Amino acid sequence: MSNDATLAELMIVAASETWRGNGEVLASGITTIPRLGASLAKMTHSPELLMTDSESYLVSEPVPLGARGDTVPKYEGYMGFERVFECVWGGKRHAMIGPTQIDRWAQTNLSVVGDYAKPKSAVLGVRGLPGNSINHINSFFVPAHNTRVFVAGEVDMVSGVGYKPERWAPGMKRDYADIRIVVTNLCVMDFGGPDHAARVVTLHPGVSFEQVQAATGFPLLKIDRLGETPLPTAEQLAIIRKLDPHNLRGAVLKDNPPAVKPAA
Amino acid sequence: MSQYQQAQGGERVASKPFDKTRSARDAIAQLRDGMTLGIGGWGPRRKPMSLVREILRSPLKDLTVVSYGGPDVGMLCAAGKVKKLIFAFVTMDAIPLEPYYRKARESGAIEIEEYDEGMFEWGLRAAGMRMSFLPTRCGLATDVLAKNPRLKTIASPYADGEVYVAMPALNLDAALIHVNESDRLGNTLVRGHDVFFDHLFARASAHTIVSTEVLHDRLAVDADTARQNPFERYLVQSVVHAPGGAHPTYLGPNYGWDMEHLKKYNASASEENGWQKYVEEFISGGEEAYLAKVGGAERISKLKLPVF
Repeated sequence: MSNDATLAELMIVAASETWRGNGEVLASGITTIPRLGASLAKMTHSPELLMTDSESYLVSEPVPLGARGDTVPKYEGYMGFERVFECVWGGKRHAMIGPTQIDRWAQTNLSVVGDYAKPKSAVLGVRGLPGNSINHINSFFVPAHNTRVFVAGEVDMVSGVGYKPERWAPGMKRDYADIRIVVTNLCVMDFGGPDHAARVVTLHPGVSFEQVQAATGFPLLKIDRLGETPLPTAEQLAIIRKLDPHNLRGAVLKDNPPAVKPAA
Repeated sequence: MSQYQQAQGGERVASKPFDKTRSARDAIAQLRDGMTLGIGGWGPRRKPMSLVREILRSPLKDLTVVSYGGPDVGMLCAAGKVKKLIFAFVTMDAIPLEPYYRKARESGAIEIEEYDEGMFEWGLRAAGMRMSFLPTRCGLATDVLAKNPRLKTIASPYADGEVYVAMPALNLDAALIHVNESDRLGNTLVRGHDVFFDHLFARASAHTIVSTEVLHDRLAVDADTARQNPFERYLVQSVVHAPGGAHPTYLGPNYGWDMEHLKKYNASASEENGWQKYVEEFISGGEEAYLAKVGGAERISKLKLPVF
């Protein structure tokens, strides 16, 4: 049975669902859990997805994480950085990344925390967030759901676009901005409420809506018949273990908790 | 650039009209305070680090640095060489946060012009095509636009009327690029998996300094190999022979990044006088001493290629 699944594995399965039915697009899962989610999607429900070796080449099968000995990836094409940018601008991509901050308008920040001129914390810079967010489908990953990530006001430096009307002047094309889900260690969310309000779509086992709301800096809605995030199946777990032979997924979440907490 | 004509005056010898080779010191001596300097590579990958180290040894200052940033940006910030940084990110991949960039950024010591990665490419392209700007959707509705007084939007003159960011040309006074092979004329080969945007840095620049792992008198290769030539030799003004020149960054297929060294460099940022100690240990003695200090050509050639 799959009751021995970890929370990280449950999140991988939840992440993989966001690439279902996307068609032939480049699935870019950045960092361990999103990458395993994209890989699982390609190995199960969406083999039409394109993926890279996370460096420069398209591969016909997802490349397992970490050291792989003499195993050579199954290359099917080339996808250097210049081509990735062209793919982005043409909209043929669905990326999942982990922003530093997310706000109620689905705007994201990867640049700085605090004042822009003299920030409390410099992170990476906006990277590709402005271009990704305005050109293709995006989803997000949050390993520690709290009010420092899900901020009360606007994110400190809007790096990725969202649904805040004041940010969009007349003539700016919003049609390609398409934010799907946020997978966190507590729940799966989307921005599918009225005026793109944030909603909880599923709660992970043992988590309450109130708990998620308390860890979020802005008001949340819940979908009708709010259910539980599905546990991985035995088949999914077997694939995940093959894709991540060194168990890098076990190091993502603090203390690598089980998906279902044992009864106290 | 008149500055170059001045710096290069009388240097070209009639008998070797196409020999662009010079020492790293001579190549860097052509640069001037206040210049806008493009640096090729990406994060901790194929960075022209020997040229960066030569800048650290020089009195150059007040530079505007244009880079897909890695330890090149961090070291130049640490040494106080940077007046302004034009960038989309600074990272060392496996060590995500670049410590000296962070120090400079958080203290407000450097001016900032922050762009999306693709806008940045567009700026280089515009410069290479001698355009004042190129339109893009990237940056709209974000603080990249709101926090950058230089950036303006432009409406399509056609029926659609769509509003774009007018990404200004990123014109470079000079560009630094590290390649696997070059000849004395500036014919280069990049043999790794990705050229990144080095061809655009070369095009955007008035003067390109190439450092090369292997130096040939004259490149003579088959057609398949010739496809690894990233840009034309007329874009190259100086060639510096620099084995190990990308260390501690990743130069595929020759050597991987030196994680041990990058960790040491990273740790130095949280030690008292850490940067001064790093400079004394690795930079001050010159490039030959640097290579010996980090284990020599043999150790560098054995650095494992990263697995992504």
